[in-house]
Amino acid sequence: MFENLILLIGITLMYSTPLVFGGLAGVISERSGVTNIGIEGMMVIGAVAGASASYFSGNPWIGFLAAGACGALIALLHAVASVSFAADQTISGVAINMLAPGLALFACRRFFDGAAMSPIAPKLPKILGEKGLAGTAYSSLNVNVTTVLALLFTVAMWFVLYKTKWGLRVRAVGEHPAAADTLGIDVYKVRYVCVLLSGMFAGFGGASMTIAIISQFTQTAISGHGFIAMAAVIFGKWTPFGAYGACLLFGFTQALVVMLGGGDFVIPSQILSMLPYAMTIIVLILFVGRSVAPKADGVPYVKGSR
Amino acid sequence: MSKLEKFLRGRFAAALMAVLVGFAISAVVLIAAGYNPISAFAALFHGAFGRPKYIANVFIKATPILLTGVSVAFAFKTGLFNIGAEGQYILGTVLATIVGVKLNLPMPLQVPIVLAAGILGGAALGAFVGWLKAHFGIHEVITSIMCNWIVFYLCNYVVMSDTFHKPNSSSALAVNPRSYTMILGNWKKSDAGKEFLSNIPWLREILLKTDLNYGFIIAVLIAILASIILTRTKLGYELRAVGFNRDAARFSGISVERNIVLSMLIAGAFCGLAGALAVTGIAPHTITLLAGMEGYGFNGMSVAFIAACSPLGCIPASILFASLIYGGMSVQQTMGAPSDIINIMIGTIVFFTALPGLTPVLANMVAKRRKDQENVRVSKDGTPLPEKEV
Amino acid sequence: MEASPEYAVQMHGILKTFGQFTALDYVDLDVKKQTVHAILGENGAGKTTLMNILYGLYQADEGDIFMGGEKVSITNPTEAIKHGIGMVHQHFMLVENFTVTENIILGDEVCGAAGVLDMARARKEVMELVNEYGFDVDPDAKIQDITVGMQQRVEILKALYRGAEVLILDEPTAVLTPQEIEKLIEIMHDLIAKGKTIIIITHKLKEIMQSADECSIIRRGVYMGTVDVHQSNETELASKMVGRNVNLTVEKTPAHPGETVLSIRDLTVKDDRGIEQVRGLNLDVRAGEIVGIAGIDGNGQQELVDAITNIVKAESGSIKINGEEIANTTPRNTYLKKVATIPSDRHRWGLVLPFTVSENTALERHADDEFGAGITLDYDKMREYTTKLIKEFDIRPAGSEDERMSGLSGGNQQKAIIARMVTASPNLLIAFQPTRGLDVGAIEFVHKTLIAERDRGAAILLISFELDEVMDVSDTIAVIYHGQITGTFAQGTVDENQLGLLMAGGEAK
Repeated sequence: MFENLILLIGITLMYSTPLVFGGLAGVISERSGVTNIGIEGMMVIGAVAGASASYFSGNPWIGFLAAGACGALIALLHAVASVSFAADQTISGVAINMLAPGLALFACRRFFDGAAMSPIAPKLPKILGEKGLAGTAYSSLNVNVTTVLALLFTVAMWFVLYKTKWGLRVRAVGEHPAAADTLGIDVYKVRYVCVLLSGMFAGFGGASMTIAIISQFTQTAISGHGFIAMAAVIFGKWTPFGAYGACLLFGFTQALVVMLGGGDFVIPSQILSMLPYAMTIIVLILFVGRSVAPKADGVPYVKGSR
Repeated sequence: MSKLEKFLRGRFAAALMAVLVGFAISAVVLIAAGYNPISAFAALFHGAFGRPKYIANVFIKATPILLTGVSVAFAFKTGLFNIGAEGQYILGTVLATIVGVKLNLPMPLQVPIVLAAGILGGAALGAFVGWLKAHFGIHEVITSIMCNWIVFYLCNYVVMSDTFHKPNSSSALAVNPRSYTMILGNWKKSDAGKEFLSNIPWLREILLKTDLNYGFIIAVLIAILASIILTRTKLGYELRAVGFNRDAARFSGISVERNIVLSMLIAGAFCGLAGALAVTGIAPHTITLLAGMEGYGFNGMSVAFIAACSPLGCIPASILFASLIYGGMSVQQTMGAPSDIINIMIGTIVFFTALPGLTPVLANMVAKRRKDQENVRVSKDGTPLPEKEV
Repeated sequence: MEASPEYAVQMHGILKTFGQFTALDYVDLDVKKQTVHAILGENGAGKTTLMNILYGLYQADEGDIFMGGEKVSITNPTEAIKHGIGMVHQHFMLVENFTVTENIILGDEVCGAAGVLDMARARKEVMELVNEYGFDVDPDAKIQDITVGMQQRVEILKALYRGAEVLILDEPTAVLTPQEIEKLIEIMHDLIAKGKTIIIITHKLKEIMQSADECSIIRRGVYMGTVDVHQSNETELASKMVGRNVNLTVEKTPAHPGETVLSIRDLTVKDDRGIEQVRGLNLDVRAGEIVGIAGIDGNGQQELVDAITNIVKAESGSIKINGEEIANTTPRNTYLKKVATIPSDRHRWGLVLPFTVSENTALERHADDEFGAGITLDYDKMREYTTKLIKEFDIRPAGSEDERMSGLSGGNQQKAIIARMVTASPNLLIAFQPTRGLDVGAIEFVHKTLIAERDRGAAILLISFELDEVMDVSDTIAVIYHGQITGTFAQGTVDENQLGLLMAGGEAK
């Protein structure tokens, strides 16, 4: 029983990690007033970039950085569309969700002789090394280094958003861009930076799936994680810690799927697999009314039109 | 406004521009990857239109994405984003299969009932998402995506269930043949039909080598129906009013909640019908184990966006995308270039339809040049400005 | 005029066009140091555009700006701030869920090492400023919790914090009570005494007479000259602003009230945050009379209208139209009881901007059988009907049936709403801020229409934040404060000061 509980905690932390990165991606973008439906696509790009760069360089850290960089690169498209062109942010995000899997698979097939999945790539280390706690009841608590990084980034984002002048400006731009503009804050620049950071975090999220949890890119490595992360942002009231907590909850439901699926339960695995998605809807029903989005979220800022 | 300017401000120019940019960017990607884009596009074109049966297959491929496209367009016109078309489609296939397997009625009853089952599935799922939006204010994009995955696993559950699983396969049992909707389905396989067709090779190729069915005709009728609802009925008027300005609609006595649910219900019904038609019209006439999303929803979105969300515009748009998708498969066969290039192309096209930017900018340049020539000064409502007093 | 050091600001030959529309046509402005300089013009005349250019939000196509005789170039607000220019916008530029201090320091933050905010020091600096100018502002309060008058002082503090020497106030009195306006004028004179220069944008003549030294007039983008306020009068300013002689008073005959049409008893309504905004309100409006509700924004006016129109639920109490209860039914029911409402925010409640003009005029009636039986809707009939309205109400441009509503000017949009409401021959016509953002001509039209409807026999409920409008148009004046009617007077039996006191929660003398 106790061992199962520890195992459950371990798996929860593992599965929540990509979601946390996705959640941070959502928080930073939406706090600056740009809705980012494209997180899913950016995570896919991060997933393929992470696995490929890790495979070719032999160094998973290079893979991780490459994932962040490629995520930011694809986010640049979203930034250009939604900030510079005041485009429909939903359509732009959807376009990225269409473009990204195509690009990812195209790249994958190009790199790996037409295969739709990458070879096994070197994985990022666990916090206590490969053998840490091995053989003890606590072995599942030897989590991936990305799990710790996700927590550190969460703390850092909270600090920047609430304790520094840049955070004050980001929040002002997301609430009342015209006010920020009249005080000499460059609304476009702030939003560009935030959307690029959003892409970077989403890229990290993709990599934390393909070079930490599993060790290769597959077509289904990212399947709805970006969207669950978006739900976590709402549930978490657009705050870094709120999103973190929400992601833990969703990670927990996925861990339940794994645990229950492994046992001799009567519930078919397909029905179990629905759990995280159903849970998301239920959580939203219970909490969405009490959650208030940044005022200018999703509204393009056009100078002079107030 | 000059003719050129008018054209540039029109929808067609924007769509054309997006498609051209889509081709251009894919060409760049192909060159970067070391393929010749000209031969790739030639292979694409040949793969879509090179033989009668290819053309028939393009129409078969166009059927579901025309319906999901009309669904997305219809919802979008009423201010909703139906990203759940995929799930509604899948639920349509699942329910059509269940009913089609279990029921075996005379054809004039069987076909409508099987189709109705699919429609009902899609409509129910759409209405559920609409209800979540209307009563809890949850954004339909997130709930739709969640529903997509739930239905995805539901489909796999039904395929693997004891009642419906076809032994030693990865699919469910096929529906009863009385549910089929192929064009001249029985006749073309009869001796008389075979003899007749042997004299007309192109027709023989189309009918015998493809599952050409009534789906596309039904889908076109649905596109027309959607257009009529939107522009000729009180319902359409209310739906659009709610889509553009919920507060003003409520103020004018229109029930916002009811209309949101209705809009998603109708949009879902179109997708459910698409799913049912796929089961009744195309072999293997059943559902199979899904490994990933099949993309009917996302492709429907592409169709809707390039058509600027006009239901009638979806008809040519669906043929365009169907030819890209179907023809794209032969790009991989003939040149070994990954067929995912088509997804990049479609993604790029959609991305550029989202930019209100390009063609109006050109139009503005045209307008500016003309204005500089005429150099008139007018105030906002077109009247001349007052003279200065001294 | 030559550039000279005795002028704080000079703008010479300013041209600004938006596409084909000329917003400012070689406008001049010369503001002497340590004076209050008013810029007078109707809505859309270009006053705010001119000031946005001075503040660097827009760039002029042509023209020069001088400060203290020196030519300056201002291409963004940061440069304007550097040159000592501060601007208080008509719609406050405040982040609602930030504190007063956070709003003041935003963009010019007090930081320790590495961009980390030093809120303690920031608060101290803000307090020093508050004390120096004697403003009554709590630095820790959130903007959403303080009064409009206080928010305005925060805006002024924002400018002073950045060392502003020239303060631009855009329509500063639009949302204030008479007492608050007096206080603002006091603050303005105080600032002048401390060496500041103030430019005030307004279309209200009375306040110019009270506060300004000089007044420059702009009419539809064209500079009409500058007058010494002390040598002028309201009528002269008005005719310069509008370009013709205007009648500043509202003409009407005495009312002949009939039966009670609207009867509200003990009405309680909560807002969307669950706070009671209407608290046991009682009100009667009879046929053939105009009842005007005077009050400051946020005292329950919106919730009162929402409850009558059934946009929100009433907590308790009754709303009767000709004796029939309509509380907690549907908006459609309110419409069927022949209640028409001109909403306060026409873009939010009154119009579907992407719809055509004819689709808009059909709102509400689209569900009747007038435009097609059963489920069908006959767009040709809608168009015919709209053509009639366009003619009758002089909606411009003529022939705009199929144009999008968003393409019409504000005044014509309001005319379209009024046309829609009046042709329904309502028993009760509610006019909530019916002249907001309209120019003098359109205001005259609205007032005349209200009086004509009254004379036809409709009951009129006028709710306005403009005290002058309520006093001029109403037959009976009721004051709303804190969700209750705190006083009712026949027209002519009460003066501005008494009403102002009641509006601020005091006792009438």
